Amino acid sequence: MTAAPAPVPLPRELALRLLASMLLIRRFEERCAALYGEQKIRGFLHLYIGEEAVAAGVMPALAAEDAVVATYREHGHALLRGMSPESVMAEMFGKREGCCRGRGGSMHLFDAATRFYGGNAIVGGGLPLAVGLALADRMQGRERVTACFFGEGAVAEGAFHESMNLAALWRLPVLFCCENNLYAMGTALARSESQTDLCAKAASYGVPTLRVDGMDVAAVHQAAVTARQAVLESGAPLFAEFQTYRFRAHSMFDPELYRDKAEVEQWKQRGPIHNFTARLKAQGWLSEEEFLELDRQAGERVEAASAAAEAGEWEPAADLLKDVYTPREPA
Amino acid sequence: MTASSYREALRQAHREALARDPRVFLMGEDVGKYGGTYAVSKGLLEEFGPQRIRDTPLSELAFVGAGIGAALGGMRPIVEVMTVNFSLLALDPIVNTAAALRHMSGGQFHVPLVIRMATGAGRQLAAQHSHSLEGWYAHIPGIKVLAPATVEDARGMLWPALQDPDPVLMFEHALLYNLEQELPAGAGEVDIRRARIRRPGRDVTLVGYGGTLEKSLEAARILAQQGIEAEVIDLRVLRPLDDATLLESVRRTRRAVVVDEGWRSGSLAAEIMARIMEQAFYDLDAPVARVCSEEVPIPYAKHLEEAALPQPAKIVAAVQNLWGNR
Ligand SMILES: Cc1ncc(C[n+]2csc(CCOP(=O)(O)OP(=O)(O)O)c2C)c(N)n1
Repeated sequence: MTAAPAPVPLPRELALRLLASMLLIRRFEERCAALYGEQKIRGFLHLYIGEEAVAAGVMPALAAEDAVVATYREHGHALLRGMSPESVMAEMFGKREGCCRGRGGSMHLFDAATRFYGGNAIVGGGLPLAVGLALADRMQGRERVTACFFGEGAVAEGAFHESMNLAALWRLPVLFCCENNLYAMGTALARSESQTDLCAKAASYGVPTLRVDGMDVAAVHQAAVTARQAVLESGAPLFAEFQTYRFRAHSMFDPELYRDKAEVEQWKQRGPIHNFTARLKAQGWLSEEEFLELDRQAGERVEAASAAAEAGEWEPAADLLKDVYTPREPA
Repeated sequence: MTASSYREALRQAHREALARDPRVFLMGEDVGKYGGTYAVSKGLLEEFGPQRIRDTPLSELAFVGAGIGAALGGMRPIVEVMTVNFSLLALDPIVNTAAALRHMSGGQFHVPLVIRMATGAGRQLAAQHSHSLEGWYAHIPGIKVLAPATVEDARGMLWPALQDPDPVLMFEHALLYNLEQELPAGAGEVDIRRARIRRPGRDVTLVGYGGTLEKSLEAARILAQQGIEAEVIDLRVLRPLDDATLLESVRRTRRAVVVDEGWRSGSLAAEIMARIMEQAFYDLDAPVARVCSEEVPIPYAKHLEEAALPQPAKIVAAVQNLWGNR
């Protein structure tokens, strides 16, 4: 016999919004996988399926003036930060309607309007950038937060340690969001780290930490709200570890030799959408019809984006050299 | 006119930039309390305070990366890296982020960042403190590379570099910090787009920059005694290269020797020779020649170090060779 699921400790409207966000990411990623098969999307493609609760919980805890730094697994973050599915999808098609006019692709989504600073395909590459963004805020007297997402694999990089130290030393308002999905490509955490307690690493720099169930969007959201507030109030960094799991391959080229199907199945039982939906239903906040309607809306949004991307144009090759440097008047 | 050292000129340039623009700040290892590895920033901490003169931990990757972030966040950082050898620990943020960000983001973001560092040999510091890797950086689209070789340029390049919307790397040859030259009263901003003819001549063009400018000028003085009038070009800007000044000179003198402290294989010297070949081949009276560092990690012992580097005598010999005086 299974216990009744815990009620969702959030207002209903917010809870439904978080569910809708996760559905948008899930449908978007599924569509991306299909489009990859059709060779509409090329290059490396990293899907966020299974991890949706992290971005869905954190993003609405941030303010518009905050900055976001992410990784190559960032479609979901970009969408929930407010970038249009059209501009994200068109970027993956390599079309000029894409957020970066086809120069970045899946791993390099950028958006000045929403202060979305990428999309970084260097593991750990975003961390020093986030420290600098926070430094600029501090020096200009702006009270805002830079949220920096990275996988647990980045914790092995020097960039993690140098950035943690610098952010703590200079007391900079960075919210470090570690998405611990247990594998860096095929390398399990315990096979790469002598100390697998990630919070202990951050704590060694004097950075306060939070460990959060990253499969529970409500828990993620509550933790993110608390964490952002703590960063604002202290003016110093905080490290949040979101324990999550990637249901799909690392990228589209990964035969997944490094983990058991049974392990994946076990984690799928904790699927963030599945479980959250069950809880909402159990407390009478969501009917099956309402769920299907939310799902349909997400699917529709994604279909529109993919149709727009398909109809988009190619950036003329004549503009290849555009934007290597900022245009200036001739000398 | 007042005499100034290259170091003082750089310091004055920093002082001016910090005073003129509240967004400007300096960070790097030992730039504050220690006064700067080469004493460039001596006194600036007392004058501008620890918010704007920031001592960083030994974390090249993080503080160069943070400089990029701060530039994106609206500041105008000057990041000092002790030497080009140590900048290799920050190659990732420089090449993968700063240089690429504008293009990769479809023009949405740009990185107005200045990174300064010492380069070059001549102080018996051996292989891990003496290399000239600016040619590598000059390979990278998305950044600009400056090499001030005079006190006037040390004084005048920083401000326009800070006005540049894109990342600018400044390479200061370590032997130049003590260079003393006259500086006109009120000296300030200089052009950072053009090479300059530092000595006019009709018979051959010597192309140098940074640490090889003085050596080329010295070679030109020796050559003049032998009746060969060498024109000396100071590249000043290693990326983008000022082809126009270079080619105009070579077309006139019909001969060229490139003098580069980098190693010859895959070097900036090779690039300059190729450009002359591509664009002025039929104006040449002799194959273009070059004097580079020997292909060896820069050694410690004085005689070995000297033997490894371009020297006026080697430049003179290379020039003489152009006339087939073998
Ligand atoms: C500096 C660097 N080294 C190696 C890689 C190749 N690589 C891409 S993703 C990845 C795994 C990173 O794992 P993690 O940080 O846990 O993030 P996840 O992919 O699980 O989201 C590796 C090794 C890279 N992109 N950058």
